[in-house]
Amino acid sequence: MDLFIAIFTGTIIAATPLIFAALGELVVEKSGVLNLGIEGMMLVGAAVGVWVSYAGLPMPLAIMSAAAAGALASLLFGVLALTFLTNQYAAGLSLTIFGTGVSAVIGKGFGSAPIDALIPLEIPFLTEIPVIGPLFFNYDPLVYFSFIMFGLISWFLYKTKAGLVVRTIGESPESSHAIGYPVIKIRYLAVMFGGAMAGLGGAYLSLAYTPLWVENMTAGKGWISLALVVFAAWRPARILFGAWLFGSMTILQLQGQALGISLPSEVLSSLPYIATIVVLVVISKNWQFLALNFPTSLAKPFRPAE
Amino acid sequence: MRFQIERRAEPSSFMRFGAPVYATFSTLVVSSIMFALLGHNPADTLFAFFITPLMTINGISEWLLKASPLILIGCGLAIGFRANVWNIGAEGQLVIGAVCASGVGLFYPAPESTLLLPLMVIAGMAGGMVWAAIPAFLRARMNTNEILVTLMMTYIATLLLSLLVHGPWRDPDGYNYPQTALLPDAAMFELFDPMYRLNTSILITVVAVFAMWFFTERSFFGYKMSVGGAAPLAARYAGFKQSRSIWVGLLISGGLAGIAGMAEAAGPLGQLSAQISPGYGFAAIIVAFIGRLHAVGIVLGGLLLSLLYLGGEAVQLSLGLPSALTSIFQGMLLFFLLASDFLIFYRFTPSPKPTKGGVT
Repeated sequence: MDLFIAIFTGTIIAATPLIFAALGELVVEKSGVLNLGIEGMMLVGAAVGVWVSYAGLPMPLAIMSAAAAGALASLLFGVLALTFLTNQYAAGLSLTIFGTGVSAVIGKGFGSAPIDALIPLEIPFLTEIPVIGPLFFNYDPLVYFSFIMFGLISWFLYKTKAGLVVRTIGESPESSHAIGYPVIKIRYLAVMFGGAMAGLGGAYLSLAYTPLWVENMTAGKGWISLALVVFAAWRPARILFGAWLFGSMTILQLQGQALGISLPSEVLSSLPYIATIVVLVVISKNWQFLALNFPTSLAKPFRPAE
Repeated sequence: MRFQIERRAEPSSFMRFGAPVYATFSTLVVSSIMFALLGHNPADTLFAFFITPLMTINGISEWLLKASPLILIGCGLAIGFRANVWNIGAEGQLVIGAVCASGVGLFYPAPESTLLLPLMVIAGMAGGMVWAAIPAFLRARMNTNEILVTLMMTYIATLLLSLLVHGPWRDPDGYNYPQTALLPDAAMFELFDPMYRLNTSILITVVAVFAMWFFTERSFFGYKMSVGGAAPLAARYAGFKQSRSIWVGLLISGGLAGIAGMAEAAGPLGQLSAQISPGYGFAAIIVAFIGRLHAVGIVLGGLLLSLLYLGGEAVQLSLGLPSALTSIFQGMLLFFLLASDFLIFYRFTPSPKPTKGGVT
């Protein structure tokens, strides 16, 4: 039973950074923009989070700074892709390369000194319930916040007019512009929101999950989040399931010994990457399903007609 | 005065070649500001970064040594990029190339044989091609995004390398360091001068540059691939098969990245360890872009990016600045290049009248 609890909670926790980053990217892609810079923004968020927390400032401020740093970093991509109409693949890549460097420079002073981690919330009564308590009510606040964000984003995209506008822009920026919506402005906001969420995902890694700064600590989680959005066929609920799937892969590597798996750690560590490829292949075969949910204008540069 | 953006009637050919210069200049300006903020004199730091490393013969040798893999990989990537085939995982193909070649070098039954080095080149190329063939197959057959697959394959390649050097391939006499035994002498490229590390593998790069120039500028297939990238509909109308571009783009870039990895193992490294490349596979993406996907440009781009690596190491030693500055420079360079590309197609002209309220 203890092992089951460890795997269950471990999965939820390992999935949290992916949920943040992938939900953010979902909103970006729904507006028709493809930002390949998640890995870079997560790293910047992770490094800034540790930096602020190192400076002795309270945890909520560290988390908010990480989100702000992610949003700021995303602007680099935004300016290139939205104002300068650059190829969005190249713009996103430059953000990832840049973010990797910036985070390494920021994080240089920390060594690998551990920091005060974000600790699980004690919820009166609920946390004490046997089995149910440790399974559902023993997480740090950011885990709960990721679920709140999931609810908010699902509601925003599918139940509000603003969400409809975002989706319309993703389908046809030309008609949205013709109706009078500020396409570029809304896309900027979406990109910044995606950046803030990626920053949060990064902060979760460095402030709660690990919790310390290690160069390149995201180890591809940004890219996996990107794959998650495709796997989810641009639907929020499927992002959640996908993230848990990948979370469980990550946890296998930590709990491998307890489960009696005696494979080298490298083999277990490669599982999430292999799973990503498998999952992408499976979903790409189902192209009709993808085409139904795919934001039509994704990654196509748009400039309002003069 | 307010400016507005206006589309040029024709793409500016001046800006096409001016943009990389513009981007390099902007990178220098912004990095000067950054150095000043870090408390260093910008002029001195830039001098230490870009000039000092090239003031010795050893420096020149290191410059060319590092430029060689960047140019080699960049040539391959550019062929793919022209056709809109996005191989982002050259780093992984490089690692597998080094692994396969070192496998041959370490375990070939006749370690003195003159055949050893050519065999290793083939093994390295084959390794890189196999690693790229998987995303090529998935993209061509299943329409799976090659960006994500090539990247995932990179992480897997790095883990495979780590598995080998920590496990079965670890040198039994290596004091438990995660590295293989040294490659035999016959497995190493010849040095031009025993004093310096530059070796004959750079000749492969020279040949590759000419081959790439010929393929992209003079061959019909190279032309078909470029059309497929620039105008997919026109290419389909003309009956050019996209799947062939995918295969060729990925196999060529994978093979060249594999050779680059092989040349690292059989050159400056002389053995495998857990980390064999300072991100050459990723930096080569920037090389390809800075070089405008053209052979000559890629050579210049490779020399520039190589200098960034040298400069990063130099200021780390002399001024104690973090070597990660190199990747900041790399990112900035690509950032400014992409932004300057805008000027090829658009220009800024003064607005006729400032609009009130700002929203148009």
